Amino acid sequence: MRLFNLLLPVVMLLGIAAHAQSPTKYGVGRTPSAEEITAWDIAIAPTGDELPAGSGTADLGAQLFLEKGCAGCHGTNGTDGLAPRLVKRDVGILENPWGYGRILPIRSPYATTVWDYINRGMPLGAEGTLSPDEVYSITAYLLYLNDVITDDQMVLNQDTLPKIKMPNQDNWAQVPDWFPNQPRLQDYPF
Amino acid sequence: MGSKKQNRREFLKQGAAIAGGAAIGAASKSASAQLEGPERYIHGSDDMVAYGSRSRFVTSERIPHGGRHSPDTFGLDFHIATPLQDQYGVITPSSLFYMGTTRGSYLPDIDPEKHRLMIHGLVDNPLLFTMDELKRLPSVTRMHFVECAGNRANSRMTSVQETHGMTSNAEWTGVLLSTLLEEAGVKEGAEWIVAEGIEEVKGASSIPMTKAMDDCLLCYAMNGEPVRPQQGFPLRLLVPGFEGIFNVKWLRRIKVVDQYYMTYNDYGHLTQDPATAALGYQIGPKSVIVHPSGGMQLPGTGYYQVSGLAWSGGGKVDRVEVTTDGGQTWFDAEIRGEPQAMAHTLFAFDWEWDGSECELQSRCIDELGQVQPSRQEIGEFWNTPPGERIRVRGQDNSIQPWRIHADGSVHNAII
Repeated sequence: MRLFNLLLPVVMLLGIAAHAQSPTKYGVGRTPSAEEITAWDIAIAPTGDELPAGSGTADLGAQLFLEKGCAGCHGTNGTDGLAPRLVKRDVGILENPWGYGRILPIRSPYATTVWDYINRGMPLGAEGTLSPDEVYSITAYLLYLNDVITDDQMVLNQDTLPKIKMPNQDNWAQVPDWFPNQPRLQDYPF
Repeated sequence: MGSKKQNRREFLKQGAAIAGGAAIGAASKSASAQLEGPERYIHGSDDMVAYGSRSRFVTSERIPHGGRHSPDTFGLDFHIATPLQDQYGVITPSSLFYMGTTRGSYLPDIDPEKHRLMIHGLVDNPLLFTMDELKRLPSVTRMHFVECAGNRANSRMTSVQETHGMTSNAEWTGVLLSTLLEEAGVKEGAEWIVAEGIEEVKGASSIPMTKAMDDCLLCYAMNGEPVRPQQGFPLRLLVPGFEGIFNVKWLRRIKVVDQYYMTYNDYGHLTQDPATAALGYQIGPKSVIVHPSGGMQLPGTGYYQVSGLAWSGGGKVDRVEVTTDGGQTWFDAEIRGEPQAMAHTLFAFDWEWDGSECELQSRCIDELGQVQPSRQEIGEFWNTPPGERIRVRGQDNSIQPWRIHADGSVHNAII
């Protein structure tokens, strides 16, 4: 296939099959437009590459948390609803942030994961309806509630969000490199 | 043969038309000393012409997993366990296939005509496919199991449906992901893919490129028919041997990327312990005796065919061993059929029960030489102090013990 790619410009120069010729082996499927790709491209890398333009603050997020119904499931304070708790456990300041509990906006190594999940999966029953500004603000609010950021006027946007250092950023076990036909853990017989 | 059948059908039709099913039974009874036929007949209908159904005497059902109500009032939990105790062979019927999802009571109802799959990112040719276009590509048909990370047995569970019902096995048909990646042309530096669904949370998982190029499968069919909505109609990803959540349902996007994305699904695997991280990824060698299993009753002493399922995320099942004395002596079980990579494999063992209390176990040895451990062996490996609860790290592949009481009743023997 790679060879075919290399040959394609030559073929086109020769004026043979200058159109309707696919660069792929089977010639099935079409090339999506740049707009289509942007619209579909919602998974956010830790480096924040896919973050859209827009901005928000924790201050604005506090209001949205009530308006958008977040509080209905997660509790007014993000601590006492039926849905997962959003604020770290009240255990003082821990040396190992793991002890704050399995709570996304404190445990996740990257703030992008918080933004990404609110954007793709919230709120319940109205997923995908939040604007980028709203997602930035609600993300900021959750980070503020967990003392990850301390200024409720701090502006989160596509530049500042990926730069936030989460307490567990370097405090998690990477998944191992995977290769076929290898035991799942070296020196583990089971 | 054919004409005989035809005649009988004609006769039944006429008989039914005259006097209904009961008269046929009566007629055959009085005619001579012939054996009685069935008590009743299932009358043919247009529905039966179109789509068959099982006997009203067969009532095997899935159950909510983990004792939690599914779907819960929130619509959040929808984990359903397959009735392994009722299954024959290695194919899980599609209607009974286990299911795990975050908000399963909101299943996407997708028109396949409108569904699209995009592959983009670090590729030379981003591509968008209709379902019809995907089906034009070369396909493969393979047997594979899927297993939920929640398939963990504990001492409170009573049946094999509870201890092991979050795994199922099917014959899948679709396009190899490697075929698609080759079509798109993977660029230098592409180490991962992110696979994403179309459902409300748009579940997305990071999968290593080595796995994506090895044996991942974009499935549009299972067990001879289109993939069921509960399994991701019209398209799901299969990541053979990896924990269930990687097998993205309602698949609409593959992005080729250069880094681990730490999606919400990936975050679910987050741990501080490198061993747990590794052991929660590719599923280990595993097996369970299904006959007899918890909740069953042996009618008396004598011959029993002990049978069960074995599988491994690392490849084919090489051997299965069975013990009837709680692990003191192990015997080779017979493997039924040809083991397939990352697929449930049937094993059986001839056993004479003498009526005394005993404990049955099975263990799987896969083609990589990995051996399914007992909980005790796991405890010893991790130096768990005696008396402390043994923690099975990552995916639970520990041996399942079943205790046979002298009265023939079968019980979960996990301590």
